[in-house]
Amino acid sequence: MIKKFLAVLMVSIFFCSTAFAIMINGAGATFPYPIYMKWNKVFSQQSGIKVNYQGIGSGGGQRQFIAGITDFGGSDAPMTDAQIQKAGGDVLHIPTVMGAVAVSYNLAGVSNLKLDGDAVVDIFMGKIKKWDDPSITVLNPGVSLPAKDILVVHRSDGSGTTSIFTTYLAKVSLKWASQVGKGKAVSWPAGIGGKGNFGVAGQIKANSGAIGYVELSYAIKNNLPVVSLKNKSGMFIKPSLDSTSAAASGAMQSKKLMKMVNAGDFRLNLTNAPGSGSYPIVGMTWLLVHKNMKGSSKGAALVKYIKWALSDGQKYAPELLYAPLPKSVRRKVLNVVDTIKL
Amino acid sequence: MKNKGDVWFKRITFLFASSIPFLLFILVFILLQKSLPAIVEFGPGFVFGTVWDPLADKFSALPFIYGTMISSLIALAIAVPLGMGCAIYLSEVSQSKFKEYIAVMVELLAAIPSVVYGLWGIFVLGPWLVKIIPGMTYGTCMLTGGVILAIMILPTITAISREVFQAVPYNLRESAMALGATKWECFKLAIFGPATSGIIGAIILGLGRALGETMAVTMVIGNRPKISASLFAPAYTLASVIANEFAEATSDLNLSALIELALILLVITILINGVARLLVWKTTLKYNPR
Amino acid sequence: MENNTQIQSKVRRIKEQIFLIAVFLCAVIAVIPLFSVIGYVFVKGIGAIDFNFFTQLPAPVGETGGGMGNAVVGTFILVVLSCLLGLPIGIFGGIWLAQFGGGKRGFMIRYAADVLSSIPSIVIGIFAYVLIVTTMKRFSAIAGGFALGIIMIPTVTRTTEEMIKMIPRSLYEAGLALGIPEWRVTLSIVFRTAWNGVFTGIMLSVSRIMGETAPLLFTAFNSMYWNFSIDQPMSSMTVQIYNYAISPFAEWHAKAWAGSLTLVALVLGITLLVRKFSKRVRYG
Repeated sequence: MIKKFLAVLMVSIFFCSTAFAIMINGAGATFPYPIYMKWNKVFSQQSGIKVNYQGIGSGGGQRQFIAGITDFGGSDAPMTDAQIQKAGGDVLHIPTVMGAVAVSYNLAGVSNLKLDGDAVVDIFMGKIKKWDDPSITVLNPGVSLPAKDILVVHRSDGSGTTSIFTTYLAKVSLKWASQVGKGKAVSWPAGIGGKGNFGVAGQIKANSGAIGYVELSYAIKNNLPVVSLKNKSGMFIKPSLDSTSAAASGAMQSKKLMKMVNAGDFRLNLTNAPGSGSYPIVGMTWLLVHKNMKGSSKGAALVKYIKWALSDGQKYAPELLYAPLPKSVRRKVLNVVDTIKL
Repeated sequence: MKNKGDVWFKRITFLFASSIPFLLFILVFILLQKSLPAIVEFGPGFVFGTVWDPLADKFSALPFIYGTMISSLIALAIAVPLGMGCAIYLSEVSQSKFKEYIAVMVELLAAIPSVVYGLWGIFVLGPWLVKIIPGMTYGTCMLTGGVILAIMILPTITAISREVFQAVPYNLRESAMALGATKWECFKLAIFGPATSGIIGAIILGLGRALGETMAVTMVIGNRPKISASLFAPAYTLASVIANEFAEATSDLNLSALIELALILLVITILINGVARLLVWKTTLKYNPR
Repeated sequence: MENNTQIQSKVRRIKEQIFLIAVFLCAVIAVIPLFSVIGYVFVKGIGAIDFNFFTQLPAPVGETGGGMGNAVVGTFILVVLSCLLGLPIGIFGGIWLAQFGGGKRGFMIRYAADVLSSIPSIVIGIFAYVLIVTTMKRFSAIAGGFALGIIMIPTVTRTTEEMIKMIPRSLYEAGLALGIPEWRVTLSIVFRTAWNGVFTGIMLSVSRIMGETAPLLFTAFNSMYWNFSIDQPMSSMTVQIYNYAISPFAEWHAKAWAGSLTLVALVLGITLLVRKFSKRVRYG
């Protein structure tokens, strides 16, 4: 009986392995995982093309893509030129959506904390140790801050969120840039680590006096208060979809970024963007694909998916707390996608 | 004289049997080969260094070895007395039907998947420990990892201790009883002595399981590569850093360092299991020669 | 004098009482985690389990419904694949050990099986990743099944060997005396008699690999779709539970509990059933 059952099962497995056609596999950043999952579901229903994406982290997304194990990668941190060489030299960074990294805290009675870049740097460097430090109180007139110790919470794993956050810190502070640096994982001068956005949010929630950074959606889903950060124009801005979009359009004013966009390089740094309504810690997330997909049976399907994600797919972003790409950028990206060799 | 079928039968079955050492050999070879870049780069200092910095491409193993050892020791500190007590109850004290239920339930403890323990650890055990232990501020830390491990190795220690106790010949017990010994005295005088090396074997086998356990620990230990004296601080184990970072590792050296960690883990577990098996085998064989 | 012995016997009785209570308490405390785990898994999981849970694909955040039907199927496919590797090696290897494995080579193979069984499953995952995934250039069910199959081998080998050795030698000799070739005696008479015990070992080993997560993380990987092709990433209940458990979304936590309930019911069900049929083989 059992043997027969097994035999039937085996035969059906081998039969099925030829019956299904295209499955595109991708892996990488966890930050866009919820929106990619939504896209993949809707897209597979509309087109019959199955795109499988798994959130394993940006570093892993790059490694598995370089090794040729996945058809495309997902990353919140751009690949370096050396990595691109290793992947065959023909890697396109396709931006899909944007998001904000919120600085979140746990301080009873304080719901509208304001900080500037220097204060954030000093807190995460461990230089500011108490909540009633003059450099914090001066930014928060009228707010009574307790003489409590500050507990810094950061990521313990490699992460695109960390990359965006440290890119911002390195941009506003030479001290941070030279002593700590920026990247998916850095050697933190202070604080405790949490695994994933989830771990950081959990530790902030559990510890009174804690401060940490998480993606906006995690702060909102966990009802954590978020810091209003002083932007380039001197305004204190809360992270939100609007302030994220404002940051993107602000950043596009920059000649350097426009030049990159026109040259088809979308590894844009959106942190500390100009504009009065811009939130300063904003980043984009990319799909990593090969420019040359000749001979790959999946190339056409993958291009179709990318085009869909950049057009119809964008409308699903806001409900999941991602900011859609600015139209101007989207157009340029689609032009570049058209140059993919099939 | 020999039947041709027999010759082939022997050959074919031997082929399958010999594929076991063959697989083992390839496994060790691959781990060695893939960890070679890290071994060359860091030398023996890898084992004693405390830095794990993927950004600077600097790696070393001590925080993970420390985390693995301490969490396993916590597990032993809890599971050994508990498991031994349980084994004594099952083999020496109880005659009731109740005992069979206990035995089955402890056995089932071993059947529950690791990831389910992890889920339970995150949402039930961690918060509960925070509530009852003053000074513990969050549920993901070394102590929670140790307690989860204790639960997971409890069946191993209980089952093997029970086996060892039962291997002690009945007449030793009878002679103690005949002298009017209570159960405690009987255990102390007649059973504990002959069973000692087997018990140590059971403990070490439990340790072996604890060292290699991955998912549940990864989910509750906090995953921070720093050596901290506090049991309430997050820690990291060899197995969990591999689970977390293996698919995530960016540089080749990072990957190689992770595989070297796997190699260290492999060597430790093989050594420990070897010793344990020897000890269990010695006790059971002493009284029940096959 | 008299008094002294009385005190002594009192002390002895108290000691005995403490001893008995202590070991009884140990036994009770030891089973508390089982009740807690099963209790929580049941209470938190039962609410999220319905028919859809077994027939639908995972739903994106913010959508209600959805399930992990593909993961349930994936787990079964992975088990079948691992049996394809683990059973022939385990069973034939065990037969060889029982029949011809008396010498030095037998000792070596037995020792290798012991070592293999003590290797942490995550290390076996690395092995499968390097050997299969990087060669095939794809995460696949084959790689996952390979890793799980290796984990099965030692258990199946040792059970087969022990079960065959338990068959009385006279049965084997009787077969030979009838002029039947040795290999036929071994397979059709000895092995068939031992089959019940061997089957028990296989099922216990299957229930163990069903619960494995670590070796699948970077071999079978995960998939959001129904997938029946074994050269593609395959989802499994354990990996899906893990992903859901560490996510920040409450609706996914509920799915993790529901998945755990399914998995625990399956695994404990197999273990208990098998135990009923054979008391000789222990778990693990």
